[in-house]
Amino acid sequence: MTRKFKEVMIRRIFFLFACVSILILGLIVTFLFREGIPIFRAVSIKDFLFGSEWYPTFDPPAFGIWPLIVGSFIVTFLSTLIAVPLGVLSAVYISEIAPRSIKEILKPVIELLAGLPSVVLGFFGMVVLAPWLQDTFDLPTGLNIVNASLMLALMAVPTISSISEDALYNVPREFKEASYALGATKSETILKVIIPSALSGISTAVILGMARAIGETMVVLMVAGGAAAIPESLFDSVRPMPASIAAEMGEAPFRSEHYHALFATGIVLFLLTLAFNLIADYISNKFKEVGSGTL
Amino acid sequence: MVTVEDTRVIYVKNVNFYYGGFRALTDITMDFEQNRVTALIGPSGCGKSTLLRLLNRMNDLIDGTRVEGEVIFEGNNIYDAKVDPVDIRRRIGMVFQKPNPFPKSIYNNITYGPRLAGLNNRIDLEALVERSLRQAVLWDEVKDILNQSAMMLSGGQQQRLCIARALAMKPDVLLMDEPTSALDPISTAKIEELIQDLKKLYTIIIVTHNMQQAARISDMTGFFYIGKLIEFNATEKIFTKPDHKQTEDYITGRFG
Amino acid sequence: MAIPSTMRWRYFKEGLFFALVRLSALVITVSLGGLLLYIFLNGFRTVNWAFLTLPPTDSMTKGGIMPAILGTFYLTLGAIAVALPLGIMSAIYLTEYAKQGPIVRIIRIGVNCLAGVPSIVFGLFGLGLFVVFLQFGSCILSGALTLGILILPTIIGASEEALKGVPQTFREASLALGVSKWQTIYRIVLPNALPGILTGSILGIGRAAGETAPIMFTAAAFYTAKLPSSILDEVMALPFHIYVLATAGTHIEETRPIQYGTVLVLVGLVLGVDLIAIFIRSFIRKRKRW
Repeated sequence: MTRKFKEVMIRRIFFLFACVSILILGLIVTFLFREGIPIFRAVSIKDFLFGSEWYPTFDPPAFGIWPLIVGSFIVTFLSTLIAVPLGVLSAVYISEIAPRSIKEILKPVIELLAGLPSVVLGFFGMVVLAPWLQDTFDLPTGLNIVNASLMLALMAVPTISSISEDALYNVPREFKEASYALGATKSETILKVIIPSALSGISTAVILGMARAIGETMVVLMVAGGAAAIPESLFDSVRPMPASIAAEMGEAPFRSEHYHALFATGIVLFLLTLAFNLIADYISNKFKEVGSGTL
Repeated sequence: MVTVEDTRVIYVKNVNFYYGGFRALTDITMDFEQNRVTALIGPSGCGKSTLLRLLNRMNDLIDGTRVEGEVIFEGNNIYDAKVDPVDIRRRIGMVFQKPNPFPKSIYNNITYGPRLAGLNNRIDLEALVERSLRQAVLWDEVKDILNQSAMMLSGGQQQRLCIARALAMKPDVLLMDEPTSALDPISTAKIEELIQDLKKLYTIIIVTHNMQQAARISDMTGFFYIGKLIEFNATEKIFTKPDHKQTEDYITGRFG
Repeated sequence: MAIPSTMRWRYFKEGLFFALVRLSALVITVSLGGLLLYIFLNGFRTVNWAFLTLPPTDSMTKGGIMPAILGTFYLTLGAIAVALPLGIMSAIYLTEYAKQGPIVRIIRIGVNCLAGVPSIVFGLFGLGLFVVFLQFGSCILSGALTLGILILPTIIGASEEALKGVPQTFREASLALGVSKWQTIYRIVLPNALPGILTGSILGIGRAAGETAPIMFTAAAFYTAKLPSSILDEVMALPFHIYVLATAGTHIEETRPIQYGTVLVLVGLVLGVDLIAIFIRSFIRKRKRW
């Protein structure tokens, strides 16, 4: 065996391993569809997606996941609304304003908190936030949209803050100097030069934060309340898609319509997060290639 | 009789400058006269760029720095506690070593400073953009692409844009920190020509590594060595008959 | 030099903006710090040696959480055993061998997409492939494989970063001596990248230990009478234990102390592991000479 042949073989072996991620992605799609598609023998795709009744255990059952989709979007949207300003502004604090000593503590601490298990946040929402919400606003239950959105926001903030901070930190020093030399104040430099230059990184952070919120299971399972109906107020309970899958899979008889319907919900969730991630990938690449262009 | 005081724009008096415990400048005293080009030369690390950045308080942005002595601009010490560095930087413009346009359109690069200073009238802004770009001899090249990204310009064009951007603030003084060191010879020649034109309107202080450049464009030259101003005199004298041996050694290429 | 009025307005806006920025940082620090403090204050009385080393008794209302700790340990160990070799090999291909082109672009998108797959979808996938199709059933093996796939992108990312951090001059020096590419990678690049790879895998451990959704249908049991004797047994796990005690059963209020204790143990475990990784990383960064 020549050395050259050996090198080529080694290269091919590594290539095969690199393809494992693609293979797994393919397997995920295959098995989601294998177990999910059979539900469409019972209901049409349109009725499944847009049907407003989710009664999987009734007789006859109803498999409309529209309330679950609405629930997912509402908590994701609200938590983004809370988490983005907090995350981005705290990143500005760490990267531009904080004294060095605070910065050196705060940066790793926030990074550390990004690793907080979601079941812990769900637990906290259940035992602390829910009773407080219930008493303060005199509600029938504290397990609702507001609670889930707050806990999801708390979960997403460290992620958004960490990635945004990296983006802000990487803004070339020259831009800042040019701005100061033209008589801009610190806040003007931050708002008109630093943040716009870091915009692609910040948008990536926001989209990844949203993707994390929409796919997050334990928080919504424990604190969203679980009502599979379209909510009328922010204090109503909802049942986002991941919560529905996690709560019901244990009770759904193997390969029943209910079981297939939950896998099909998984397909919807998978495609949604895939879209979010492809958008994030597109944004970060587009800006990488041409620079930030005209703002 | 015209006194010397009348033509002095900036007067540096007994200035010491420290990075933490390290003294980067020692007892600098020199003055910069109106409508003159003053060149600061010396080997790397001699403190010439530090002095330049001291004149518009850009060194404030570095943690752990300290200034002793006075820098008098328009009769006031710019390091006085009640002086606002932002205000100083508006009136003392700066051009950097590497062209550093913002990742914005050409138009927005020029209007950035004036807008922040409160100029919002569109007609005034457009006139200002044209005036500044003409002064920087860039107008003919970019007048049709004002809305395109400044990042698309060549290095030499970017540097002239940065000069135009500084001029748009209508500064009294223009500081230039090795403005041609990142450029090709043709762009360098254009910028040197530009500096000759600009001195009719502005007081220019330029740091340069290139001694021919200092000889070509400056009226006064200061030679720095290890944080000290060794010799400060008319450029012609410095390059023909310097008073100090160290200056002569540097200029004739014996060190540095 | 008096401050002109436009400057006063600009400084007013500056003050406002800075106040907002400081407030945001404060809100985050206080809420996350408060959360951790609350968990600690409520949990530390429960956590003692017996709690960590005894199994639950009296239908889980008394006793400790030792089987859950052990289960999480097995699952995490298994996940790392799956993900580490796969991840390092993938990263070596991507940084050392791959040329820029459509194939690499596709692999990269694949890794990014995999990183974004919701954890519950990993759970469904594990259920469909390992539990049902391969007939492993709900067990340590299925759970560890599922978690391993979940942390694969983390490991790939960290390994890639570590490999890229090895200076190009090291590789050139070795190749210029007539050493083959593989030998260069094996003897020069990998040893220098190892600490960084290690950091990444520790972060992966933290992630795997804290996940609940992927093991719900693939490995975790509400209660097991015995400790697992093979990788085909079901196990208890810390995150699942918290979920079950807090939401199901008839003793939710009664078992509150156990819940707090378990939460504290899980948080301590995950954050402790992550903290080690962060320390190692800052140590490497300081020590690095190139």
